[in-house]
Amino acid sequence: MIFEWHVARRFLREGRTQTTLILTGVAVGVGTIIFLSALITGLQESIIERTLGNQAHIVVRPAEDVPRAVGGNPEAAGGPRVIRPPQKIRAVQRWQQVAAALAAEPGVIAVAPTVNGPAFALRGDGTKAVAIRGLDPKGYSAIVDLEQRIVAGTLGITGFQAVIGVELAKNLGIVVGDKLRLLVGDGTTAIYTVNGLIDIGNKDLNERWVLIPLRAAQTLFGLEGGVSTIEVKVNEIFTAQAIAARMSQTTGLDAESWMTSNGQLLVGLRSQASSSIMIQTFVVLAVALGIASVLAVSVVQKSKEIGIMMAFGTSRAKILRIFLLQGGAVGLVGSLGGVLLGVGLGAFFAGLVRNPDGSSTFPVELRGALYLRAAAVATITGLLAAVIPARRAASLDPAVTIRG
Amino acid sequence: MAEALIIDGVTKSYGTEVVTLALRGIDLAVAAGEFIALTGPSGSGKSTLLNLIGLLDRPTTGRIHLDGTETGTLDAEGLARFRGRRIGFVFQFHHLLPEFTALENVMLPAFADEGRISEETRRTAVRLLEEVGLSDRADYKPSQLSGGQQQRVAIARALARSPALLLADEPTGNLDQESGDQVFRLLRRLNVERRITCVIVTHDDRLAERCDRNVHLVDGRVDFDKQVRGVG
Repeated sequence: MIFEWHVARRFLREGRTQTTLILTGVAVGVGTIIFLSALITGLQESIIERTLGNQAHIVVRPAEDVPRAVGGNPEAAGGPRVIRPPQKIRAVQRWQQVAAALAAEPGVIAVAPTVNGPAFALRGDGTKAVAIRGLDPKGYSAIVDLEQRIVAGTLGITGFQAVIGVELAKNLGIVVGDKLRLLVGDGTTAIYTVNGLIDIGNKDLNERWVLIPLRAAQTLFGLEGGVSTIEVKVNEIFTAQAIAARMSQTTGLDAESWMTSNGQLLVGLRSQASSSIMIQTFVVLAVALGIASVLAVSVVQKSKEIGIMMAFGTSRAKILRIFLLQGGAVGLVGSLGGVLLGVGLGAFFAGLVRNPDGSSTFPVELRGALYLRAAAVATITGLLAAVIPARRAASLDPAVTIRG
Repeated sequence: MAEALIIDGVTKSYGTEVVTLALRGIDLAVAAGEFIALTGPSGSGKSTLLNLIGLLDRPTTGRIHLDGTETGTLDAEGLARFRGRRIGFVFQFHHLLPEFTALENVMLPAFADEGRISEETRRTAVRLLEEVGLSDRADYKPSQLSGGQQQRVAIARALARSPALLLADEPTGNLDQESGDQVFRLLRRLNVERRITCVIVTHDDRLAERCDRNVHLVDGRVDFDKQVRGVG
């Protein structure tokens, strides 16, 4: 292989203009791939992080009451009427065992019980429909990091203390330390002291969320000792769907993953990813064609030398390898330039526009694994692109090329 | 004297629909150390015959024995190896690899065969360049050498593996009188000193007169085959 490598290197070095052009082509291609991947990955991670920043990966709750046929005679015109019963807050049966079972599922890193239900928040003449989230702030922080979203006061809530969304506080004119009356469906009311304000990163939630201690919510909704949902965090977010399906099956409860509840987002991410893959595929194809055409020209230019090498005993297999190596080397060396180019482009774009908080508008994710992958793709592309020219070189007839 | 080369009823035809007969039956025995001129008009088949002897091509019918080996029994790899080790080529155009220096060009055959450049390969190459009078041009690229010098490097390369047989196709055809003469005398000297069997294709009758033997082809057949000066 040393001989083949030696000749391949010399061919490339002496064909300076061609080699430089094709190396530049490969570098631009690889740079594009790296930049594009980094940008798409960065954007997607940022979107996912923002989406999952305020929700659990999987929410497990009792199955809904099933629709049933009511009244009437099945023979009558129009047949039986099917209605969905109104859904009321239901408790997860024996939730401690269920939570323990869910926590034991592979891939699950945290489990927290919550009691959720609707209520009205009253203050003076102001009334707002709110969503009560009864939870243990400490335990729940393993699912969603609430602490870092507190913008005033503290997250610590016990007894009749609450943390409410910033928009809700604004609407009701509440500051930390103020009182808030909560009214639930059956007429029960309770008065809470607002201990902190939270910015969940979503206006709708900021207008509706009222966090109170788990126990208080249980009392408010008449679920003493019970919980309405169990929320789950998994270590690999894209496995949530599969884990949720398994949970449904083993517990008989309704387990919904973030991938189902954010179906549109997921479709968006997937089409973004597939268009990125398509662009990368075409770039790889263009790089391959570039390498193949340069080598094809080189084979024609060097056909006499190839014939001579055969005449002095160089086997066809060696000639084949000389040209394959050239393709691989062009791919590898070009990809090194491409990595630099991609990193440069990424850094440039990341620094171009910044959000008010100083973070980049283009969250570009540059990673070593990406460089390695791009270099490997370019090298293999180079090798494959060289197959046809190399085979042509190896099949030359020395008697003909030397004469001609 | 042992035969270095035996050509036994060799024919060569090209094409399948329109068949062209390039060689119509050649029988020839060449003694080890002989210096033969292969002459004939254009299209007489002399280059075809040289390619067959050089194992660059296979005969349509007939057999070629080189150095006691029936070459028809060798596969493609075997032919390449045999060619590399037992046959040296010199062409009308030097066909040196332009990417490599004179010394590297001379070392390439051994490098290709052995996969590395041994100390012995290097020593042999240096000595050969000395022998062809170009030791001071070892690090020059072919483009920096004159036509005669290029051809002398090509001869050094042809001798790099100590072949038993040296084949030259119009080795002086592209050179001026003086360089051509120099190249011819070099070949002759190597033939005498190293006892290498030489077969030279040439148009030049005066050159043919200076060989041991002149085989003249016309229309794919041996027209005449005569001793010219006798060995030595």
